[in-house]
Amino acid sequence: MTAFLGWIEERIPMMRVANMHALQYPAPKNMNFWYVFGFLATIVLVNQIVTGIWLTMNFVPSSEGAFASVEYIMREIDYGWIIRYMHSTGASAFFIVVYLHMFRGMIYGSYQKPRELLWVFGMFIYLALMAEAFMGYVLPWGQMSYWGAQVIVSLFGAIPVVGPDLVIWLQGDYVISGATLNRFFALHVIALPLVIVILVFLHIIALHEVGSNNPDGIAIKHKKGSLPESEKTKYEIHEYYTSKYDIADDVLPFFPHIVLKDLVAFCVFLALFTYVLFFAPEMGGKFLEHPNFEIANPLKTPEHIFPVWYFTPFYAILKAVPDKLFGVLAMFGAIAALFALPWLDRGRVKSWRYRCGLHKVNLIVFAIVFIFLGYLGGTPQENWKIIASQIATVMYFGFFVALFLYSKNEKTKPVPERIPK
Amino acid sequence: MKKMMCFLVFFLPGLAVAAGGSVHLDKAPIDLTDKASLQRGAQLFMNYCLGCHSMKYQRYQRSFQDLGISDELGEKYLQFTGEKVSDYITRAMPEEAAAGWFGAAPPDLTLVARVRGEDWIYTYLRSFYVDESRPFGVNNTVFPEVGMPHVLQPLQGTPTRTYEEHMVDGEKVKRYVGIKSDGTGALSPGEYDQAVADIVNFLEYTGEPAKLESHKIGKWVLAFIAVLFVFVYLLKKEYWREVH
Repeated sequence: MTAFLGWIEERIPMMRVANMHALQYPAPKNMNFWYVFGFLATIVLVNQIVTGIWLTMNFVPSSEGAFASVEYIMREIDYGWIIRYMHSTGASAFFIVVYLHMFRGMIYGSYQKPRELLWVFGMFIYLALMAEAFMGYVLPWGQMSYWGAQVIVSLFGAIPVVGPDLVIWLQGDYVISGATLNRFFALHVIALPLVIVILVFLHIIALHEVGSNNPDGIAIKHKKGSLPESEKTKYEIHEYYTSKYDIADDVLPFFPHIVLKDLVAFCVFLALFTYVLFFAPEMGGKFLEHPNFEIANPLKTPEHIFPVWYFTPFYAILKAVPDKLFGVLAMFGAIAALFALPWLDRGRVKSWRYRCGLHKVNLIVFAIVFIFLGYLGGTPQENWKIIASQIATVMYFGFFVALFLYSKNEKTKPVPERIPK
Repeated sequence: MKKMMCFLVFFLPGLAVAAGGSVHLDKAPIDLTDKASLQRGAQLFMNYCLGCHSMKYQRYQRSFQDLGISDELGEKYLQFTGEKVSDYITRAMPEEAAAGWFGAAPPDLTLVARVRGEDWIYTYLRSFYVDESRPFGVNNTVFPEVGMPHVLQPLQGTPTRTYEEHMVDGEKVKRYVGIKSDGTGALSPGEYDQAVADIVNFLEYTGEPAKLESHKIGKWVLAFIAVLFVFVYLLKKEYWREVH
């Protein structure tokens, strides 16, 4: 057996890669529950790909057949309903864990030097995920699929000069039609998953190059020769890391310690996930919207059109601006601001534990504003909501402006050299 | 104080709008485990609804199996158009004619309980009232100007809106209190409510035939995860014991 593995290892570096990137990867020991969402996102990605493959086996990507084929999967395929609900619940779960993962990065400064590219790759994953989810939601060809697609695609029409032609090019028709469904299907099952998997690969490679951040934002890698033997880790860490740096005894190997911790979180996640899957797959009309159980009808506009919950914060920003073009710009600006976060934050201290009180308030207000925008964008339009969403939009961008201003000469607490016991 | 005023000025009108608008819906007294109710609902659906509304994503046989009806009995008492038990529950009325007769083609009802919600259907079917200005002579408080005739009238009787008169500040004010049947129907008001609940129960079932099975499997899955959690947690604790 050893000889056989050796034979393989000489030809492809299976064990070396496994040791380097999983078994003997050094992870800070103080990583708390906020650090499980990357692992959970990976699990959900695998779930989406596997259930997606099985759904594709019976889904009919045409305007005549799509809706009926989904009901065929729900009724006539043995346990097809479980596969479908795993996929639909997984889509929402993906955004829940990704939003928590991103907020973790924000509170502990995981986007700061040297992790700027890591953050940018993550943002690209988020962007690709939004495109993937949007196109996936069109496929069942229900009323919300159709009218949601109508609203989102028409946004591109606001672009000066090329807008109207661009919309026709995207739709493949003069209106949202079977042609649109077909191309969205192609993008949803091949193009975007491929992009997401490649980006996730890059995200992990970038992470392992710079190392994991932690709730104290303190480096675990020290200059070679700077630590006495007694302060170096006693765990077996891959030489890729130990040959370049002294690794402090603040770390644990990814396997088994971190994996076991992630598995505990996985059990909790799984309990919540399966509870929704088996007992509340519609999640009160948030995960699967009620009008989407009615087949798409181009002649009948639903009373209210909402995107699915994970888009609603940005939808609220779009609607807050009276002008369509500037609304679209504000919406994309909201995402662009997140991309620019590593450069907008001019602070040197990472974790909010050691940063000024204003920073903590700013982060918490930002989280509340984001959720409030989500509420505003996902409920029927009312008079007070227009002004409320305008205030919230200003506050959303205010987070970045304030951060840019106070981070320059911020009064921070002293950061310890090593992770506190 | 100024802030408070601001709040009142901006938010109160919105709240007032939010409070109005929607119609009060009665809670549908349904139970998916009640096979007798589901069977009665299926019978009522086939007799009163299927003439115009299809249920084209559901097969007869699947419904019979889930409702505990044998194929022979189902074929004899619940199928009227000579279809096979393995066929989908489709209507005989042609699509174009349907649109011409009613203004819009009567919608398919397989998933109506998931679109509208069970309470909506339960209230809707009990909210028809006589209105001579409408083409079919009836209107509906839940769905104003509805294009559907009151097909359950032989069961309910002729429903009319009833009002109460009150004295407010020395003036007579008419207040709408509800819908009342003239008693010419085959069922009493209580029996009619039950019959509607049976239909809603059946529609709730066809909206998601796997629902009961889902609840059953779900309990086992959660129990398994709970056990798994205990073992994983203990294993994690064991490995982390040495970590300070």
